[in-house]
Parts: sequence; structure tokens; C-alpha cells
Amino acid sequence: MGFDQYHEPPNELPAATRTFARLCASLTEEAEAIGWYEQRLAVETDSEATAVMRDALGEEYKHFSMDLEFLLRRTPQWREIAQGVLFKAGDIVEHGEEAEAEAGDEGDRARPGGGGDGFSGSLGIGSLKGASL
Amino acid sequence: MSGHLLRAHAPISDAAWAMLDSEAQERLVAALAARKLVDFSGPHGWEQSATGLGRVAPIAAPPCEGVVARQRVVLPLAELRAGFELSLAELQDLDRGAVDADLGPLDAAAHQIAIAENIAVLHGWEAAGITGITEASTHDPLPLGDVAEGYRRPVATAVERLLSSGISGPYALALGREQYRRVVETGEHGGYPLLDHLKKIVEGPIVWAPGVDGAVVLSVRGGDFLLDCGQDLSVGYESHDGEGVRLYIEESFSFRVATPEAAIALTA
Repeated sequence: MGFDQYHEPPNELPAATRTFARLCASLTEEAEAIGWYEQRLAVETDSEATAVMRDALGEEYKHFSMDLEFLLRRTPQWREIAQGVLFKAGDIVEHGEEAEAEAGDEGDRARPGGGGDGFSGSLGIGSLKGASL
Repeated sequence: MSGHLLRAHAPISDAAWAMLDSEAQERLVAALAARKLVDFSGPHGWEQSATGLGRVAPIAAPPCEGVVARQRVVLPLAELRAGFELSLAELQDLDRGAVDADLGPLDAAAHQIAIAENIAVLHGWEAAGITGITEASTHDPLPLGDVAEGYRRPVATAVERLLSSGISGPYALALGREQYRRVVETGEHGGYPLLDHLKKIVEGPIVWAPGVDGAVVLSVRGGDFLLDCGQDLSVGYESHDGEGVRLYIEESFSFRVATPEAAIALTA
């Protein structure tokens, strides 16, 4: 396996950013797998095979959800927008636009390093488990 | 969103804030030994006040007869804050592109709060209700001795004792400042670095752990030690005048040991 989840040289990236990139890559893989299982199930006629694949699909749902929750915990602006969109009845696009607008004013100042109060404040260090020295 | 840091009120540009955050992160990551060893949960936010322990305590006086009353037991999150002051002139020079601005007070505060977290997790913080890893350990401490050449035996003994207790690896070795210095400057007969030999014994990371007294061998398999983080380390604003800006680094957390037998203290 390569390290192509990194867009920038890994040795120039902080540990927290490398972790974030790994989970983004994992999220992508889980979403791909969900799509693949949906396609396989759509064409499979063997009931035993479909039962196995439905079980596997449930695992992918779980993995995707765990990856997403991890990323949202570390990205306050993303989390705020997601809270305005997820698990709400009604027009998805409308909720998305509203959530983006609400987070927008703060979001302009919310990037790491911004002085505005919209910045969550966290330096994004989080877990360092496994790191040496 | 958390506004309690009041960063917008500081006379600091976004570019300078980015440099301060980067500097703080760099200093903190180097010294935050405990986070390299234990499980981390969070950050749950500044509003998080306590960690549930999954236990109850009886309430002696229920509201009326015929009922049993219990109260959930929680571990309150502790806050740590390390204040520092930066010169306004130095901050303005940062904006001019100075690469040698004096950020010494920030570096010192970052180091100090990292040491505080290390001590709380590894040795305990009684006033905050935190029992540290070495405090909780059910094993008798092993003496390290004064000579680094002699460290192999107590480290190997510690690993064997953990195995005998049913604690699987990989293991890690946290070394206090003096013990770390001794290890890295020591080569064995034939020139093989002692650091590499110790890594092979523990099969896990060797961590420079400022604030640690002696050393600690512990399992890093997961599930044994939990750092529960409310607000993760952040830089906030306190006040300023015409000369300087007073800032701080702050975090809130609790810590629990789930498996006391999963670590052994090595005394200096």
C-alpha cells in the first residue's frame, strides 16, 4: 500500500494532520464499499450470498459512521454544518445552505490561526498514541 | 463553537495567531509524553464537565420511604492553564516577517502545561481526584539504578512481570529527562545503541517524558488507561496593554486507570 492519502509531503505535515488524512481516506474507502455492495446486491440472485453481503454492508455503515464522527469531533466548523444537515426532515439542500450560512461568518475566522471567536480554539493535537519521543 | 478563549479581542493578526498556534503545537507535541502512551477520548468541548464512571453511590436519605436512592459517581474534569506574556513589539515584528521573534514565554508555558499533564497521568494529581498510572500500579517498583548500562535488566524484568500478570504488549517505556539523556548517550559493547536495545525489549515506543520521576514500563495495547479530554490544548487571550499581551494555554481533562496491573514504575 502506498501513502497517497497525503497531498503534501508527509514529513512536512503535523501528526494530527496525518491522522486526519488517514481517517479521510478511510471514510472514502467505506463509502466506496457501501456503493459496491449496493451494486452487488442489486444483481445477486443467490439468497445466501445476499444475506452475507447485507451483513458486510452493515459493517461498512458502522465503519463509515465511526470515521465520520472522528473527523467531525476534530473539525468544529464541519461539525456545526453537519449538525444543521444530518438527521433532519425536510429539504436537504435548504438545510445545507442554512447551515453553511450560519457557520459562514464564523467560518471565515474559524480556520486554524484565525483570531476570531469562531475558531474552536483547539490546536488539534488530540491523541499522539504510538508516537515515539 | 467555543468563544471563551476571546481570541478576537487580542491585538494579534490572523497571521501572527497562526504562527503562535504552530509554535505552541510544535512545543506541546514534543513534550506531551502521556498522550503517546494512553488512550485518548475527545475532545468533547469546553462545556464537558465530568467523566461518567459507570458507578453509583448510595444516598442515605431518599425523598420518602419505600424507595432506594442512588447517585451516579462522576470524575470532574480538571482544568490546566499556563499563562504567558508576549511583547507587542515582537508580535508586530512577526507580521513584518521576522523569523526570530521572541516566543520564549509561549515555549515555556507549553512545556510547563505538558509537564503538568504528564505528571497527572503518570504519577497522579490527588487534588483533582486523578490517580496516576504509577500510583495505581499493583506491582512493586523496580530500581533503575544510576548507570544506564544497567537499565536493560529492570526493563526486561518489568516486561516479564507484565506478561506474568496476563498483560499483553506491545509495551512502551517512558523515561524521565535524566534517564532519557543517559539512555541516548549510551552505547553498548560493540557500539549498538542502548536505545535500540530497549526498543526491542518493549516492542513499542520509547518516550521522552519530562515530569516523570524515573521511568515507567506500561502496556500500550489499549483499554488500560484513558485520558478523557474536554477542551483540547488551546491558546486563549487574557488581557493586554501598550507593552504586551497576556495569553494562556489551556485544556480540561480527566484520567482513569482501568487496569492497574498494566504498568510498572522504575524508580530513579
